[in-house]
Amino acid sequence: MSQQKILVESRSIVVPGDVIAEGDFRLSWSPYFLKVGEKFISTVVGMVNVKENSFEVIPLEGSFYYPKVGDIVIALVKDIEPYGWTTDIKAPYSAYLPASSLLGRPVNSGEEIRKFMDVGDYVIAKVEEFDRTTDPILSVKGGKELGRINSGIVIDFMPNKVARIIGKGRNMIDTLSSETGCNIFVTQNGRLLAKCPSKVSEELLIFAIRTIEAESHIKGLTDKIKQLIREKAGGMSASNAETKVNS
Amino acid sequence: MLQMQKPKLILEDGRRTDGRKFDEMRPVSIELGVLKNADGSAIVQMGNTKIIAAVFGPREMHPRHLALPDRAVLRVRYHMTPFSTDERKNPAPSRREIELSKVIRESLEASILVEQFPRSVIDVFAEVLQADAGTRLVALMASSLAVADAGIPVKDIIAGVAVGKADGQLVLDLNEPEDMWGEADMPVAMMPSLGQITLLQINGNMTPSEFKSGLDLAIKGINQIYEMEKNALRSRFSEYKEEGE
Repeated sequence: MSQQKILVESRSIVVPGDVIAEGDFRLSWSPYFLKVGEKFISTVVGMVNVKENSFEVIPLEGSFYYPKVGDIVIALVKDIEPYGWTTDIKAPYSAYLPASSLLGRPVNSGEEIRKFMDVGDYVIAKVEEFDRTTDPILSVKGGKELGRINSGIVIDFMPNKVARIIGKGRNMIDTLSSETGCNIFVTQNGRLLAKCPSKVSEELLIFAIRTIEAESHIKGLTDKIKQLIREKAGGMSASNAETKVNS
Repeated sequence: MLQMQKPKLILEDGRRTDGRKFDEMRPVSIELGVLKNADGSAIVQMGNTKIIAAVFGPREMHPRHLALPDRAVLRVRYHMTPFSTDERKNPAPSRREIELSKVIRESLEASILVEQFPRSVIDVFAEVLQADAGTRLVALMASSLAVADAGIPVKDIIAGVAVGKADGQLVLDLNEPEDMWGEADMPVAMMPSLGQITLLQINGNMTPSEFKSGLDLAIKGINQIYEMEKNALRSRFSEYKEEGE
């Protein structure tokens, strides 16, 4: 058996074609590296996280979400069909949400399902079924957070930044919540639902999300974000009460 | 059109018409993420050749029946803008552009992991802003970088350069007069980390030994360009990194 050798430092940036490691590693399959002979070659622009006897590649570019069964997603209704909705989940495939899942009963023949959900509505759902051969099928059963979104704003961001926006042990998302006062729900396909107390805090949150997206590979980003929000808010905490009244 | 006489391609001092040595390339510049609307984009400039590439996808294939069940379809459009050449070029796709689109598609498809996105499509648009020899390779490199910029997994970045024969001398990276008046033109594109050639064409005459040394010359140039491409992809993140630590 050959030796294991990781050729890059932890947290270093790799680009396609870079050799990350050589030797005999037992790693679960990932689209972000390729095994050529004994060598492991990166397939994306990403950051390498070296762990004991293994490594992972975290992609830094990418604007699509690859569906996974069990993921919670925010879907945008694109089209209405006789027995369900076609939705956009930012994946290469459109997802289908059967009306029976939302209604909890079969659709009566001739019933307009448009009155339950129309084009342009957002819905929080779970990926029920998906593989290479079929498009994803969604479900809104099995969770109290699932279902049509009635209030708040939905913010889109790069799907590969989901982990960064949540942070280790949820620390980033907790920071965002406490600093902006918004109630945030992040889903795996790069969208989040925010319920904010005022317009100002909404803007503050969007600014924070965009900053995280651009600088996701920096160490100690949580503290930087906290500081940036405070600077941007410019003592907004004091005037928060006023904005609440105004909005 | 004015009929011109063949100029001297290798001057008395052994240099070429633009002052380069026989194994010297034109200056290359690479810029990534230049288009907001595209999923990935790149501008590559090599000498006076300048090409912008945009990538969209993987996305749903329309019409549906054209999708493939086991992999993503790659669609490539190579196009020259009307102002890219000395004389206005008709914007309608010409026979040459259709052929180059196919050549670039086949070369690029070898590098993209298309099996990971069955039933979808990846669109690549390469627009020649300025043409001065070697557009197919610059278009291919711009497309390859734009694909990487879009976050689509690839086996390797493609790098390519042409070798040719001018006045009986092998030269690297042809310019317009050498392309027009030279005896041979051989574009070569590679995935250098894998040591695989994805595109190789030849126009004109070369002896087997000229071909061999020509290929070696091309590989030397490709390795230089490949490093520049990798640095361009990496540099967008490294500048932030220092600041954060």
